[in-house]
Amino acid sequence: MSVEITIKGEVVTAYLTGELDHHNAAGIREKIDGAIDSNMPSLLVLDFGGVSFMDSSGIGLIMGRYRCLQKHGAKMHITGASPQIEKVMKLAGMNRLASIN
Amino acid sequence: MKIINKFNMNFYARSANEGFARSCISAFASQLDPTIEELNDIKTAVSEAVTNCIVHAYKEKLGKIYIISEIAEGGVLKIKIRDTGCGIENIEQALTPLFTTLGGERAGLGFAVMQSFMDSVKVSSKLGKGTTVTMTKKILPRITVNG
Ligand SMILES: Nc1ncnc2c1ncn2[C@@H]1O[C@H](COP(=O)(O)OP(=O)(O)OP(=O)(O)O)[C@@H](O)[C@H]1O
Ligand SMILES: [Mg+2]
Repeated sequence: MSVEITIKGEVVTAYLTGELDHHNAAGIREKIDGAIDSNMPSLLVLDFGGVSFMDSSGIGLIMGRYRCLQKHGAKMHITGASPQIEKVMKLAGMNRLASIN
Repeated sequence: MKIINKFNMNFYARSANEGFARSCISAFASQLDPTIEELNDIKTAVSEAVTNCIVHAYKEKLGKIYIISEIAEGGVLKIKIRDTGCGIENIEQALTPLFTTLGGERAGLGFAVMQSFMDSVKVSSKLGKGTTVTMTKKILPRITVNG
């Protein structure tokens, strides 16, 4: 699993690749949090375009980042989710926290 | 119900095996010719149960996870995932969506995912002895075009 971070003005985009489970979540979290801390974005885009699998550990990751962004008044956008990932996100009510497409 | 096929595995409760366990069950379940969605449902549910053994049942200890999976007549897949870890004090509470004893990075949605993606989920547990999660899902035969 890997994450590629790009910064454009106040927008930090994290492009995720691989299978997002408990085993992989910690490393991804560190990298995203590092990018949030050093850039203080007004918007974090989580791009799931390269993610082939996600379970509730991914939901924990999204919710944790959301809470962190909320403290700074920043927003989150989720994109590129496959049908499997979308199904898990829907069950978790992620659409209430972030804009998803 | 007559059992047509059965497989049995056990492995160390290491997080690297979360993906391994999903792949194994997925390969076994493929015999039932499931749709991609059905297969993903099974993989996700297995991932939840196996992860729970690793993060909750054994915590710092390195224990073992035991999985038995069966295919029964009529296309029913049964998966039993067992640990010999700490056990669950209050199963009803554990099954409640958003309930978690770990907080932080856990959403408390593992059991909710299992219940929503599988046909049935049964949990039995004994404090200090361990937990067994038994799930079933019926895979409907597909009508295929051109035989
Ligand atoms: N195998 C197990 N052994 C001991 N306790 C367990 C086990 N499985 C689940 N539990 C308990 O049940 C609770 C709920 O489990 P569930 O999978 O729904 O949520 P979670 O694991 O806390 O969070 P998430 O799955 O969203 O990451 C856990 O917090 C834990 O206390
Ligand atoms: Mg869980």
